[in-house]
Amino acid sequence: MLWVCITLPHLALDGVLRRRPNDGPLVLVDGPANARCVVAANASAQHAGLYVGQRLTAAQALLAQFDAIPYTAAEADRWQRFLAGVAYRYSSQVALLPQAIALEISRSQNLLGDWPKIERNLRRDLTELGFRHCIAAAPTPHAAHVLAGVNDGLAILTRETMQRALDGVPLQKSHLPERAVDALPRMGIRRLGQLLGMPRGGLQRRFGAELLQNIDRLLGDIPPGLDLYVPPDAVDWRIELSHEVENIAALVFPLKRMTSDLAAYLAGRDGGVQRFALRLEHRDRAVTEVQVGMLSPERDGNVLFEAARGRLEQVQLPAPVLSVRLLADDLPGFVPAGRDLFDERPANALPLEQLRERLRARLGDRAVYRWGTTHDPRPEHSQGTAVENDDFIEPRARPTWLLHKPVPLRGALRILAGPERMETGWWDGDAIRRDYYIVETEQGQRAWAYCTKDAPGGWMLHGWFA
Amino acid sequence: MGSVVALSSLLEARQVWRGRAAAPVEGGQPTGWPLLDAVLPARGWPEAALTEILLPADGIGELRLVLPTLARLTQGQRPVMLIAPPYMPCAMGWRQQGVHLQRVEIVDADEKHVLWAAEQCLRSGSCAAVLAWPQQADDRSLRRLQVAADTGRALAFVFRDRRYLANASPAALRLELAAWPQPSIWVRKCRGGNVPMQAIAFEQYSKAPSCGDEAFRAAVIPAKASAHTAHMGVLACKERDIHFRFPPISRGE
Repeated sequence: MLWVCITLPHLALDGVLRRRPNDGPLVLVDGPANARCVVAANASAQHAGLYVGQRLTAAQALLAQFDAIPYTAAEADRWQRFLAGVAYRYSSQVALLPQAIALEISRSQNLLGDWPKIERNLRRDLTELGFRHCIAAAPTPHAAHVLAGVNDGLAILTRETMQRALDGVPLQKSHLPERAVDALPRMGIRRLGQLLGMPRGGLQRRFGAELLQNIDRLLGDIPPGLDLYVPPDAVDWRIELSHEVENIAALVFPLKRMTSDLAAYLAGRDGGVQRFALRLEHRDRAVTEVQVGMLSPERDGNVLFEAARGRLEQVQLPAPVLSVRLLADDLPGFVPAGRDLFDERPANALPLEQLRERLRARLGDRAVYRWGTTHDPRPEHSQGTAVENDDFIEPRARPTWLLHKPVPLRGALRILAGPERMETGWWDGDAIRRDYYIVETEQGQRAWAYCTKDAPGGWMLHGWFA
Repeated sequence: MGSVVALSSLLEARQVWRGRAAAPVEGGQPTGWPLLDAVLPARGWPEAALTEILLPADGIGELRLVLPTLARLTQGQRPVMLIAPPYMPCAMGWRQQGVHLQRVEIVDADEKHVLWAAEQCLRSGSCAAVLAWPQQADDRSLRRLQVAADTGRALAFVFRDRRYLANASPAALRLELAAWPQPSIWVRKCRGGNVPMQAIAFEQYSKAPSCGDEAFRAAVIPAKASAHTAHMGVLACKERDIHFRFPPISRGE
């Protein structure tokens, strides 16, 4: 077993910062209304002298202009779950710890390469998503959690070295029950190694069974007792905008973040999305809903973003937008398109899927399609979209252009072939009784025309042998 | 496990021997019409360039001219785009000519967007051929298509009315189809070669349905052979002994 723990010390702050295009001073505040305190501050706020634990009034006295956003535990929790979804890409055993995510990778190494490589990829993913993090690996999840808080990048593969590494950890960073962590230093026990050397009977009498259970889990003597993360089947994310947005262009940045998050989530789930909805929420008004549909399941961030932006640009905003919500409940499997090994296409080529989405975004959802033949012999019903072609090929000649509706054909005609009698369609009330001929017009066009029994001389043009 | 190296970086560093570079073959894009191939400088369609096809009327053979090419491309799983075709393509008719319809994308675009859509498809580099039917296209927009075809290494076909023949065109190849006195193709411009003096006979009926029944084919071919006897007003049909009466065709005006 090799567990990796990713600690996220600035989870709530990073979650807010990543959807802001500028990096002006910003703090998260929490606490009762009359005694609000700074709980997190970004780099430019810290540079101006704001610090964690400061009263909001003191901070306001220090700096005239900064954004104060209330801290919500639910929001931090949501980001943690989102990151667990991203980590799910690397392991099927992902667990949530306080401000941290643990995942078991000993079995993933066969597929994804050895630990340094996985670590590199994990760090790259997290950095791209904009979350600061520390990572450590150890044979048990709790030990990895403790070590990640002490030494970023540490990787320990065996129990013995793990024990040695834990010995030097100060008790404050051991994530053991608070009562014990408070009381033990007063007894002269300041490091984990000293605690592990104490007789178990005495510890149990003083601190109860909970401490011993925690120590056993830390060392891996009993199972870690973690609830594994199960990725949700639907996506429902909401971004509250920092101010009221009146034009669509200002929604592009949050949209880009949302679609790239969606892409990261889908990659973790090894799925794609074919349809999703964007809900633009207004004050005192019904939401504006924008449906984004694609021809086939996609999970590339750029494809999702382009498709969503194309639909969004056509929307007229009835009122300023307060928040954006992304809903996706149809998450089918994703099959990447096959490519040649030696791809001869130009370097800046746009994949066909992306091209089709771009055309649909501008021309309409129904503007791009493929034809297929059906089994119906009537020309009007003989073809349609989204039809799978079988092997049957009509032995009699069929034109290459077909008119939507037959039109009268006048002028001198010369019959080249025919008649081909078509008398069918009795089953759905759209029966036809026609004799089809291949005729040539005066201009040398070859036409597919028919006459009916009722009007023997009246030619109806139905197609061209172009 | 070895690290994954992008193929393009290996190729750029010349670490992979890809066999002898084949000499640029003439006729990389054969038209499927041997007589036409013979007079074209590239022995086929000009690659990554615009071909303009001028028609006196619809249904004159414009699709027969390109369908062999489309069949070859789609059977090789290369995508083909049709932008704003004037009629519905008849699925069975196309399949009879060997076109693999799963690789044919039809794009409905209104007048304003035809050229935009064609340019996007050409520029994307993921289409093998793009066929467009613009209602109005000036020299400038055709030049854009020509540049886009070159960027995306795709075959571009634009179908226009014959009255635009007098206008200059940036297309690499201009063909005019004529039905009279006999079906023929006039090469009006071809980059990299001389324009042939004579028209190329365009055998209309050589492409019968690929698995046609013999009775039907027999019915078609004599009709063609007796083109000059067509003035007779009555034509007897073999299978059903029905007689139809038509006015004699007035040739010319």
